[in-house]
Amino acid sequence: MRSDLRAWLVSPAVIVAACIAVSLIAVLQFSFRAFIPGSLDVGGFTFANFTGMGKSIYVDAFSNTLLLSVETTVFSLLVAYPLAYALVRVQSRALKSFILVVSITPLFLGEIVRTYSWIAVLGSNGFINGALRALGVIDSPLALMFTHLGVLVALVHVTIPVVVLMLATAISHINRDFEKAAQSLGAGPIKVFLTVTLPLSMPGILASITTSFAWTFSAFATPQMIGGGRVPTVSTLVYQLGFSSMNFPLAASLSVMGLVLTAASLFVLGFFTKRLKAIGGH
Amino acid sequence: MKIQSSLPLPLRIAGPVLVALLLAFVLLPVVVVTIASFNEKAIISFPPQSWSLKWFARVFSYPDFRDGFHASLIITAWSSSLALVIGTGLAIAVKWLDFKGKNTLLAILHSPLVVPHFTLGLGLLILVSQTSMQRGYGTVILCHVMLVLPFVLRSVYVSMENLDSRLEQAAASLGASPVKVLFTVTIPLLAPGLFGGWLFAAIMSFSEFTASLFVTTQATQTLPVAMYNYVREYADPTLAALSVIYIAVTASVLAFANYFLGLGRILNIEDSH
Repeated sequence: MRSDLRAWLVSPAVIVAACIAVSLIAVLQFSFRAFIPGSLDVGGFTFANFTGMGKSIYVDAFSNTLLLSVETTVFSLLVAYPLAYALVRVQSRALKSFILVVSITPLFLGEIVRTYSWIAVLGSNGFINGALRALGVIDSPLALMFTHLGVLVALVHVTIPVVVLMLATAISHINRDFEKAAQSLGAGPIKVFLTVTLPLSMPGILASITTSFAWTFSAFATPQMIGGGRVPTVSTLVYQLGFSSMNFPLAASLSVMGLVLTAASLFVLGFFTKRLKAIGGH
Repeated sequence: MKIQSSLPLPLRIAGPVLVALLLAFVLLPVVVVTIASFNEKAIISFPPQSWSLKWFARVFSYPDFRDGFHASLIITAWSSSLALVIGTGLAIAVKWLDFKGKNTLLAILHSPLVVPHFTLGLGLLILVSQTSMQRGYGTVILCHVMLVLPFVLRSVYVSMENLDSRLEQAAASLGASPVKVLFTVTIPLLAPGLFGGWLFAAIMSFSEFTASLFVTTQATQTLPVAMYNYVREYADPTLAALSVIYIAVTASVLAFANYFLGLGRILNIEDSH
């Protein structure tokens, strides 16, 4: 009876896991195969896909992606922390719901709607340029589309909701008595925040760093639509290689390099965050 | 609140002002795209000179959006429901039973949270092209199940943690079989959390883009893929109008869920102290 039940409960999940594993193995396997131009079939075993990766277009894509991931992680933490704090600590239920719906809704809109909305804000006839022109601040439009800055702003916006969620979870689990104790011992509100609240929310901060880094690394629609090919990232290059040149082996090897780089970055992050955890632990 | 009232005046003002500014930043693109959708001109431009509803009319008459919406409904309904059934079964098994390879299984199933969607999409595309599988709805649904399952698992875990296991023990001690306990006690008590998880998965699946771009064809093109293709061809505000509809529907669903289920509880962010 028990083992019967177990099989029913677990086997569908095993099938899904097998499909994930097989897809990833397919990528790995293709990354070591030769590309035959004009054909979807692949040639024999080769290291050529990886040895050619020193070319500047690939190095640019990887360094751009890493830089964007780090910047996005930092800025979304700075924006999301006050929002998460207000979301958990605000007294009025109506205000709480308002903050929740406003900061969470973008999470559910998907990359396309959010990115398109930013095109309306950043475009040369968009909101920012229109407003600045109407105010007489500028004569010719500022270049915001197709720039690193434009992509960064939109990526931060994309990442905020999930970071707010993770920080809010952490802040909501902080025992208020610690803050009250610090306060009754004479600590001012800023000192209470810096020495009690912030360290105790460290688990949420660490989770946010990992998630926003990984999400930004895999973002595609935002760099593709706002960067317009002028802000190359790993994702846009993989798509271009896969769909424009049908070079699946090279697209696969870039993906593998991307995975290796993500894993390495998360490992390094883990190393640094252990120290942060030690700060949060006392 | 005691802590706040002891703040010096500048801080008491600065905090809410900062939060208001940040909320304004989050809302800015939504407001801008809404204004843009009513602009009569065939190109996004600010400030609009004249107003029109014609782009909303075009949303409903453009065939790719209608087909895309239809495909998205099929894919979303299947993938979120399958993910719910699979995720609930697994979560219950993980809590109750010990089995070999549990940690490996969970690690693989949670990997789509870190593995880029374009990598999974590419992998599925390679598999399909190598095995002469049909690139039909099945492939897209499988892809979405992989992507939304971690979110379903999370919300089932959260509601299982809030479950009083004494109720299950009581049923078992009164002679109910494990299967009977599962269907008459555990699942009914988990129902609000399960519904929340399903809703979460459905919205995620409906708006998924990157992996779908790799695995869909013209026939299975989802709404987000159709939207992406539209921007590449046209610069008019039709997509702004569609975005406004999208945002309005999503916000209403979330407000509805918040009212009836308490999103704070589902998302585990209620202040517990």
